[in-house]
Amino acid sequence: MNTELIGIVVMFTAAIVLAIPFGKYIAKVYGGEKMGLDPIFNPIEKLFYKTSRIDPSSPMDWKQHMVAMLTINMVWFLLGMLILMTQGSLPLNPDRNPSMPADLAFNTVISFVVNCNLQHYSGETGLSYLGQFWLMFLQFVSAGTGMAAAAVVFRAFREKTSSSLGNFYDFFVKSCTRILLPVSFLIAVILAFDGTPMTFEGKDTIVSLEGDTVEVSRGPAAAFVSIKHVGTNGGGFFGVNSAHPFENPSYLSNMVEMVGQLIIPLAMVFAFGYFIRRKRLSWMIFGVMTVGFLMLAIPNILMEVNGNPAIGKMGIDNTLGAMEGKEVRLGAAASGFWSIVTTVISTGSVNSMHDSSMALSGMNELLAMMINCFYGGVGVGILNFFVFIILAVFVSGLMVGRTPEFLGKKVEAREMKIAMIIALIHPLMILVGTGLATAFPEQGASTLNNPGFHGFSEILYEYTSSSANNGSGFEGLGDNTLWWNISTGFVLILSRFLPIIGPVAIAGLLADKRFIPEGEGTLKTDTSTFGLMVFAVIFIVAALAFFPALALGPIAEFFSM
Amino acid sequence: MKKHLIPAAVLTLVMLVFFTVIYPMAVWGIAQFSPNWGKGEIIEHEGRHHYANIGHSFIRDDYFWSRPSAVDYNAGGSGGSNKGPSNEEYLASVQARIDTFLLHNPGIDKSQIPVDLITASGSGLDPHISIQAAEVQVARVARERNLPEDTVSELVASQTEKPLLGIFGPARINVLKLNLALDNLSE
Repeated sequence: MNTELIGIVVMFTAAIVLAIPFGKYIAKVYGGEKMGLDPIFNPIEKLFYKTSRIDPSSPMDWKQHMVAMLTINMVWFLLGMLILMTQGSLPLNPDRNPSMPADLAFNTVISFVVNCNLQHYSGETGLSYLGQFWLMFLQFVSAGTGMAAAAVVFRAFREKTSSSLGNFYDFFVKSCTRILLPVSFLIAVILAFDGTPMTFEGKDTIVSLEGDTVEVSRGPAAAFVSIKHVGTNGGGFFGVNSAHPFENPSYLSNMVEMVGQLIIPLAMVFAFGYFIRRKRLSWMIFGVMTVGFLMLAIPNILMEVNGNPAIGKMGIDNTLGAMEGKEVRLGAAASGFWSIVTTVISTGSVNSMHDSSMALSGMNELLAMMINCFYGGVGVGILNFFVFIILAVFVSGLMVGRTPEFLGKKVEAREMKIAMIIALIHPLMILVGTGLATAFPEQGASTLNNPGFHGFSEILYEYTSSSANNGSGFEGLGDNTLWWNISTGFVLILSRFLPIIGPVAIAGLLADKRFIPEGEGTLKTDTSTFGLMVFAVIFIVAALAFFPALALGPIAEFFSM
Repeated sequence: MKKHLIPAAVLTLVMLVFFTVIYPMAVWGIAQFSPNWGKGEIIEHEGRHHYANIGHSFIRDDYFWSRPSAVDYNAGGSGGSNKGPSNEEYLASVQARIDTFLLHNPGIDKSQIPVDLITASGSGLDPHISIQAAEVQVARVARERNLPEDTVSELVASQTEKPLLGIFGPARINVLKLNLALDNLSE
């Protein structure tokens, strides 16, 4: 058991230690500074811009950024629908998997365009290798989109007063080529040598020692599994994601995938500080995020290690922990830790089945996605946190009776309205969706895999995961129905683009305002006092809004056991 | 929006070439130097091949059993049971697995049965069992194979895979490798 705990500590520490210099690197990338990798990437990027006739140096204001972002996302959506609905007759399909029906294609494309990777299909039977590659492309560019949006916000606070905030294509392409690609490539190579397949051959057939004939799905998984983590996408190549012994063959691969998914969300926090030259602010943000993260992760590790009390009562040896839905090579502790990492940072890849985790572990997984800003997904995590900072600045301003300011800019009614709307969209999407699916049992209840309170949690989890753009699931839910495909599809779109546009708009509006130098009465935002304030706002807005729903699901289940 | 549409579409196409052709081909190229050319680690045995990372269903008494599986170890797909911890029906099936195990392993007390042997894995393809799960089956396998228990115990010890570098993660036993070694021992 000790070796399992040491493994977790080392994974987490390694991610933080690597994230600090990587954050500095990211800040250099967005600052357009010279770097050692220029000779490799400059020609590639030039080629991209030359063919598409884009001038990456022409400045954009926040609105132009958003128009460019939405346009290219629409292109991906349309092209994606075309590919997934015709993949059955396209090449690279050795297993002869069929084309997707329209509703499933709609859900799948949206879900990968918005970096969620909710999967209502199983990779082994639902996609050709061409389809997988298209989704892998979306894993790169959707992560790049989120990071580009964060870069706009970074830029807005670097200049004293300016409406030109860099160029969207510049931020986006560099995110993909200079940040996501090198890390993904390195991890893909490690995984390939650790046993993850990287082949274009289709299913193999084997005969087991007891004489059963079974098939074994293979495919070009290593390249896919690495970007799925690095871009905090989370969509698995195979149905069970990183619980699959091909996607996650050993404890080593588990550690590599863990560091791979944590590194960019952590590094973005440090990149912000380096970029605007306020490192203390980064540490305040990092501190609040880490406290929140540990408050969710530690109980989960303990609950999973202690095992299912209902099975313990049967008198067997329960010391390995809650092993239903978990793999022996990874163990209960690393699975409990992963279940929170993947939900706080919106990866949504799983190495154990969350549906089978303990009742309150399930609650923490839900809470992690409901809060959705303790580290958060690549780029978007810090945008979500930014909204809470703005709210905290306003509340603190009211408490001391001064005009609220953040980094020398007055926060006024317009910014506050946007921040409030963004903060409330998330509960609105989750609770309305869950309410509707619960109200129509033929759509909701009939698709459940478990009765009672846990069944309600399955519905709640699906909408929470969609709205948080997370992509994990209580996978017992039979979610490939018209209802689930369409309803979560709309939740996905709204919960992706509004929380990107909102913070970028706030940052753009603030960037336009006159810079007020710090004085006696300025509220310091890089202190632990202010950190506590942000934490309180997050707790009140995000956590309490969901308490009644949690009480009906995981909390009720816990007390019924 | 119109101004961006054509550049966005062209940019998408060139990036498609870069990220879905050049990147995976580079990974594929390097994977050719990995064991079995990136097709998954293979164990050859008596003219048949097996994947070291993909578990097999073992239900005969003269083999060490694998963990229960929601997909019967058919690796054309994958899946867990997704049963919640309080699900009565599920708990009844766990109880049934305990009863079956006790029936096939007389002399074993149920407090010796480790939880991994009566719960289904996440993937349904888990190639491993815990050390305890192998030890609790030693008496049965030895009896069925007419081998001394000590010999089988030693085999289990020799097949134990240590934590990574001795300090990270759980120790475990690959059931397929253990049973192949068992077959070699019996011959």
